[in-house]
Amino acid sequence: MRTLRIAGPIALLLVLAAFPQVFRSPEITGIAVLTLLYATAATSWNIFSGYTGYIALGHAAFFGVGSYAIAIMCSDWHVPGGYLPFLLLPLAGLAAAVVSVPLGWISLRTRRHTFIVITIAIFFIMQLLAFNLRGITHGSAGMELPIPAAWGGAFFNIPFYYATLAMLLTALAVSWWIRNSKYGLGLLAIRDDEDRALGLGVDTGPAKLAAFVISAFFVGMVGAMHAYFLESIFPAFAFDPLFDVAIALMSFLGGLGTLAGPILGALILEPTQQFFTLQFSQNGVYLIIYGLLFLVIILLLPEGILPTLRRTWSRDRASRSAAPVEALEANGGGGAKPRGAPRKKKKGMAQP
Amino acid sequence: MKLLEVANVFKSFGGVRALDGCSIDVESGSITGLIGPNGSGKTTLFNVITGYETVDQGEIRFEGRSITDSPPDRVFRLGVARTFQLTRIFPRLTVLENMHVAAQREGLQALLARWSSSHEQQRALELLEFVGLIDLKDLPAGNLSYGQKKLLEFACILVADPKVILLDEPAGGVNPTRINELSKRIRSLNKSGVTFLVVEHNMEFVMGLCDRVMVMHRGVKIADGTPAQVRKNPDVLEAYLGA
Repeated sequence: MRTLRIAGPIALLLVLAAFPQVFRSPEITGIAVLTLLYATAATSWNIFSGYTGYIALGHAAFFGVGSYAIAIMCSDWHVPGGYLPFLLLPLAGLAAAVVSVPLGWISLRTRRHTFIVITIAIFFIMQLLAFNLRGITHGSAGMELPIPAAWGGAFFNIPFYYATLAMLLTALAVSWWIRNSKYGLGLLAIRDDEDRALGLGVDTGPAKLAAFVISAFFVGMVGAMHAYFLESIFPAFAFDPLFDVAIALMSFLGGLGTLAGPILGALILEPTQQFFTLQFSQNGVYLIIYGLLFLVIILLLPEGILPTLRRTWSRDRASRSAAPVEALEANGGGGAKPRGAPRKKKKGMAQP
Repeated sequence: MKLLEVANVFKSFGGVRALDGCSIDVESGSITGLIGPNGSGKTTLFNVITGYETVDQGEIRFEGRSITDSPPDRVFRLGVARTFQLTRIFPRLTVLENMHVAAQREGLQALLARWSSSHEQQRALELLEFVGLIDLKDLPAGNLSYGQKKLLEFACILVADPKVILLDEPAGGVNPTRINELSKRIRSLNKSGVTFLVVEHNMEFVMGLCDRVMVMHRGVKIADGTPAQVRKNPDVLEAYLGA
């Protein structure tokens, strides 16, 4: 298992690095860029929602802010198309992060269902602003981004591919670092029992807000990259509620709160969605299929792929080493003993 | 020396006066018991001390300083730890991870620190050994039995070396053998300098463990003394029997 843990990611990284060299068709590399963008977004979203258990359905607002931030910077500063706009991505992320501070501060005063509803409401407010603040966003006329004229033909997607891959790896590294820090442990404690975490010295308010802002920063960068990739933005697409559904679904499918789960979910769902979109020529059938997928995931894999696999694996290991477990039971004293096998949550299990 | 003092605290929920001018104090180094019929305000008292509820009126002092209405995380960092009546652990974290939650860092340091420095790791393992959960350290805490969860919750707060520990019904739902073990552990910690305030319905457990017992009824303290004195106090008998 340990070798798989190290070899697996390295193999995946090599495949991702080599992918556009092997599959050169622009259709395929185009889908690959979008897939990596969604993988980055889902990974960033997971830093907040996966670790703290607060399901935010308004991160499309930060995607939109990032999109507009780079469009405005490019037009105001007359940035030419090419590699230069990539350097503006962190600034676009920063813009999203700045916007996320007050929004997070307000929405994080609530919990659970209320929090979800508030994040959705905030998203729609931001979308309305994008339509109506015409002086800044040009309203529904949209904005153009510089076109990298030098990147013709099949090469066009390649810089986007590698820039997005770098962004994904950065987000993943941040997610990994947080997961292994005291801070991240505090976030996971908040997910399991917030009041108890508070009583154990976890500064829950600032911890949640910081995670919210970090995830908004990366989602803002994704929005900026997406805008530059498409070369133009419109309010309805920069602020798209389906974006939230997509990244949440990807994280749920792969495994909410796991490191690699959101990436796995994105690698499965985004190409599937693009495939259906191409097949059914944008008539919305893919949305129906999306909805069905959501139902199937909740029905069959409520915990997501990775946690289910991990559990199956530890159950196998437990049954192979059944003897030591029993020995442990014998000297550990009475009580319902944990086994490797999963136990359905039972409230108020009495000690015999 | 009085480690913890609650002075004339009032707390109402709607029309219910949960604390009605309650005053108690806990001597440093003692094991103090707090008993009383259901609804007499014991848990509310714990909640206002540890910052889970704000007081309507009155003052709470710890080591002579006011901690009235301080948030729970600050109260905990000052050295006042508690357990809950309905055991609260982090079910999806492993037993060992549970142990590390309490050893928090402030601000940026939390982000820079790995969740287990070697010193803290060793301390966590020692404590798991102390409560007898060392063999289960890598299991999700949600898989533990009820009694084991109680032990884990108890061990969790010890990581932070609290000065006073407030136990809310530590013996509730735990089998008699385990209760004896628990008494022993509380005594040995007390010898090393930890003060305890224990709410418990199990009279045998309280009377056997505590050097001093306070009785609450309808939000005020009605008796205070050694277990033997309290047992004979007519007000206490009346409160319990409703005569």
